[in-house]
This record gives sequence, structure tokens and C-alpha cells, in this order.
Amino acid sequence: MADELTIVHVLPDLLGTYGDRGNVLALTHRAEARGVACRVVEVGLDERVPRTADLYVLGGGEDSAQLLAARTLLADDLVAAVLGAHTTLAVCAGLQLLAHGFEDSTGTRHQGLGLLDVECGRLEERAVGEVVTEPVDLPEVPSLTGYENHRGSARLHGSARPLGRVVAGVGNGHDDLEGVQQGHVIATYLHGPVLVRNPALADLLLSRAAGPLPEYEDPEVEELRKERLDVADPRRRRRHLLGY
Amino acid sequence: MTDVSSRVGMARYAARAAAGVARRLRGGSGTVIAGHVLEALAPGAVEALTTGRDVTLVTGTNGKTSITALTVAALGDEHLASNPDGANTRAGIAGALATGGDGAVVLETDEGWLPWAVAQTRPARVVLSNLSRDQLSRHHEVRALAVSWRAALAGVPLVIANADDPAVVWPALAARRQVWVAAGARWTADAATCPACGRACRRGPTGWGCTSCDLRRPRPHWWLEGNDLCGEDTRIPLRLDLPGRFNLGNAALALAAVDATGGVQLHDAARRLADVHAVAGRYQRVRFRGHDLRMMLAKNPAGWLELLDLMAPDRCPVVLVFNADGVDGRDPSWLYDVSFAPLRGRTVVVQGRRATDLMVRLELDDVEARLVRGSIADAVWVLPAGRVDVVGNYTAFQTALKEVRRG
Repeated sequence: MADELTIVHVLPDLLGTYGDRGNVLALTHRAEARGVACRVVEVGLDERVPRTADLYVLGGGEDSAQLLAARTLLADDLVAAVLGAHTTLAVCAGLQLLAHGFEDSTGTRHQGLGLLDVECGRLEERAVGEVVTEPVDLPEVPSLTGYENHRGSARLHGSARPLGRVVAGVGNGHDDLEGVQQGHVIATYLHGPVLVRNPALADLLLSRAAGPLPEYEDPEVEELRKERLDVADPRRRRRHLLGY
Repeated sequence: MTDVSSRVGMARYAARAAAGVARRLRGGSGTVIAGHVLEALAPGAVEALTTGRDVTLVTGTNGKTSITALTVAALGDEHLASNPDGANTRAGIAGALATGGDGAVVLETDEGWLPWAVAQTRPARVVLSNLSRDQLSRHHEVRALAVSWRAALAGVPLVIANADDPAVVWPALAARRQVWVAAGARWTADAATCPACGRACRRGPTGWGCTSCDLRRPRPHWWLEGNDLCGEDTRIPLRLDLPGRFNLGNAALALAAVDATGGVQLHDAARRLADVHAVAGRYQRVRFRGHDLRMMLAKNPAGWLELLDLMAPDRCPVVLVFNADGVDGRDPSWLYDVSFAPLRGRTVVVQGRRATDLMVRLELDDVEARLVRGSIADAVWVLPAGRVDVVGNYTAFQTALKEVRRG
């Protein structure tokens, strides 16, 4: 287990509309609870993305902010390689920025960093509401809970795997899948913030960046997970109705 | 009397009766039910009831209820029609016209309903306070609202707008004329990109400006120096009972709007602002179960930022009540857009239907808090007698206010 982690929050002024700053807070809180000190570097518009941090986080943003973020990141020839080589979480607009391309509100396609083998388009209707998914090939991570508010879709190709299978909500808008896993990157449309509501996913990212972590349970967060899943997961509602 | 005006007149009579019944049965103002009755009986009544009248619309993410109340107080016209209870969507606006006087009209308007309100009421002026993230499960994107405002304001004779918020300035420029007020903008997180061209928008000591196009902070016609409102040849002392720097900005916008109506002596108007002690229950002080409560509303990150500043000098206990129902917005992720660290070291009690969300949020900012399910009475029961700040988001605040007013 590392003694210290450097977490880079990429363009929080542009990619932070839906509370995704909370993902960085969740990571630092859970790391520090295990005695791992955290240094958070917020990368502003005029600053270069650091090359050698432990963990990178990108959040969601509105259309215009996303386009400015795309221009900024694409101007840095090395940023795709840096993010691809390190543990990275990308949420909503962040997911789209790491894809081959994405569409804006007028349907115009824009180039992404091409780090994920994913093409993002537009959903017919905006997806807004609670989401529940079952993680794919992540046995240590239980059902994921989050809130989606997006118009973007995500179609996965060859080397990209889904983060989860949709139980409730819309997700990627294709094949009942949600999010992406590829290499060191985990990407999702889930806000909430996703790492606050899903501490096991936060721990997965932390352990990939810092090595194995001791157990840590946060009763308040577990209560929040239970509340959200009780509301949004149709399987739980059925069980509740049937009395078991 | 024409058929139309007699139909509207009868509908208005029925709407007022319905509001009276609603007040007796359910409490509240009955404005919304009056609006439903008016529009059901006389479609198009809003347009008919505003024809030929001096209409001011007030909108923005934060401050619109306060600006409306301050404008009404400053005008000092007992015959005007307004919606002081904050019922600001279609039914609320219709209800205000049904139940209000026949003089000038001052209407708080929901951000999303502004295009409809402009089309129906053809206002002489529109006041824009600020535009930031709020109820994203309903409004989705701040810029989309700015775009809809810009389209709606084309042709409006006058906009009185906050010069410090780019998201307000850009749509305001579509109007025929602008009065700019330096009303302040503590929250800047939604102004990182230029609303006109999408490039970076930068802030400096002298204002803000786009790095690409020519959108920049306009030179204000009105600004604040300490507690004085200043214009080209004017200095007006503001003696508000409402707390906070943001309410000075609200007062500045209100007085600029009153000035634009003509015919009102501005110093007299400013003196009347001191008579506003609370706005739809906000900032109201209530004696309740051995405690002196100060009731406050915070419904989005910009609002929280202002309230945390306001509460900072105080160390009295705080009760936070948090829901995510209907007008609150269904997604409370925005709790993470603002730091609650200023509450560290204070006694904090949390309740509401999404209390757990708030408990987790406070934990991540190292703010110790105690969850007390139930009512405000249950919350203050665990606190020592004395002053308590009660802060709720929209529906939580309304419920808390009803409870403490009952005693």
C-alpha cells in the first residue's frame, strides 16, 4: 500500500457541473481513512495535465464546457497517453471526451481523445433519473447506484467492455449497457456522485492506484446506498412486495 | 363590456372565490388554485389582464422572490398585482393577476417560464438577477436557459440586468435597451465559458470578459459602494433589514427597476425597503419551543455559498432540512458543488427526506452532524435553548415554515 497518492482532477472548472467534485472527495476520504495521504491537483484551463500522478478524475459538464475541454485536451499531444497509462475515472462528458468522438446538441460530431474504443452519439430523449446497474467482471463491486442526466449515448467496440448491465435507467443507450472499462480507465454516465454512492468502486480505483487496501466500512454511506437502491432497484421493490 | 372582458371578469371573480376557499381549507395564499380556475374559465386571461398595464417581470436563479418583494415595497403602490409568495410558474402568475389589484404588475417568474411570461404579458421591463445551476433534473443545462432567455427578450423594451454575471448579460443584450447593475456574483462556476461563443471566459479585478469574442462586463449604470447605491449623479443609502451582501445586490436591482418606471422618487423608494423584514418567510425570526429561530432557504450551490458566508460570523446551532422532491430537483448531487467546511465546529442537526445524502456530504467535509428524524420540533428538542439557524431547500423550507408558524 502506498503512503501517498496524487489525484489529478482534470479541468474541474469545466467538468464539474453535476457534483462530480464529490468523486475526488470520496477518493481522498477513503484513502485517508486507511492512512494514505492524498494530494489533489486541480488542473486549470491554462495548465498542463501532470504526467506522473496516481489517479486521474474527469467529471461531467455542459455542452459548451465539454467542447472547450475537448479543445484544451486535444491541444496536449500527450494527455491521451497519460490518462491511458494511469488509473482514470471519467464521468458523463468525461466519458465522451475519452471516446473516439461525440455529438453536440446540434448533432455535429467532435473528435475525442480516442482513448476508449467507443463512439458517442445522441439519445432520442434525454436520460434523467436514478440508475442501477450490475457490474461486469468486477466481482468485488456490488450493484452500482447513480443518477444520470445526459443526452449522449455510447456504443462500445472491440476492446471496450461495459462497466455494468442496466437494471434500471438508460445508461449508454445501446444493448442495456452502462459505462465503459478499458485498460486503466473506468468511465460511466453515473453521477450521484458515483464514487460516493459506490464505495467499492472507489476502493477498486484506489487499490489499482495504491495497492491492496485494508477493510473500511462507512455506515453512513452504506445507509445512503441502501436508501437509493431500495428506491431505484426494481428487484428490491419486488422482494419488498413479496415480503422476503 | 365585450364578451372577452366579461368572460375574464367572471373568471377572475370565480378565481378569487376559489382562492378564498383554498385559504380557509388549506392555508397558504390560494394563488395557484386561483390561477388554474382563471385559465380554465378564460383561456388567454393572462394576456387580457396585462394589456395596457405597466408590467415588470423578475427572474433569475436566486434572488427573484426578494427582488420582487423589494420592488413592490419600493413602488409603494397598494393597487398593484404581484406574487409575493413565490408562486412563479404559469398558474402562480395567472393567480396573482386574478387576485391582485388593477394597478402596475410586478411578477416573479420562474426561469423556465420566462419566454411564456414575456409572450403573454409583453412587459415594459424584465429584471435578470443571475443564472446558475439549479434543478438540473428539470432545467438540464444553464446555457440552454440563457439561449431561451435571449430569444424571449428580443424586442423587450428594457432589461435591468446584473452586469457581473455573463450568463445574464448575454441574453439581456437581445433587449432593445439595458440598464446594467453591478449586483455581484459570488458564484462563478457556471461562467467559465462564454455564453455567446463557448470559449473561455476570464475574471479579473475589473470584471470579466471572453477570451475570444467581444462579450465582456458592461459598464454598470448602478453600483454599490458599501451600503450605498450609486449612479452617475446619485448616491442612495440602503438601510435594509434583510441580511447579507446579496440582498444589497437584490435591492440595487429592485431600485434600478423602480427608477425605470419613472414617477417614483428614488430616495423615498429606498427608504421603503427597510420595511421588508422577511421574504416569503425567508429570514423570518420566529420564537419556537424556547428557541429563537432564523428561517432561511438555500436551494442550490450558489444560494448555499451566499448563506454560508452570511452565517459564518455566527456560531449558533444549525438545523439543515433537505429534500429532493419536485421543485427541489430530483438529483441532490449539487451538494458536492459547494464546500460545507464553514460549518465545522458548529452544532449541526440534519433532517428531511434526503437527510442521509446530506449527512454523507457533511461527513466528507469533516462536519460533525446529528441526524434527527421528524419535525423541526424534534430537531430543536436536542438543542440548548437560544438562537438556531434553520436552513432548508425549497419543499423542506416550506414545511418547516408552516410548522414553526403554527407554534
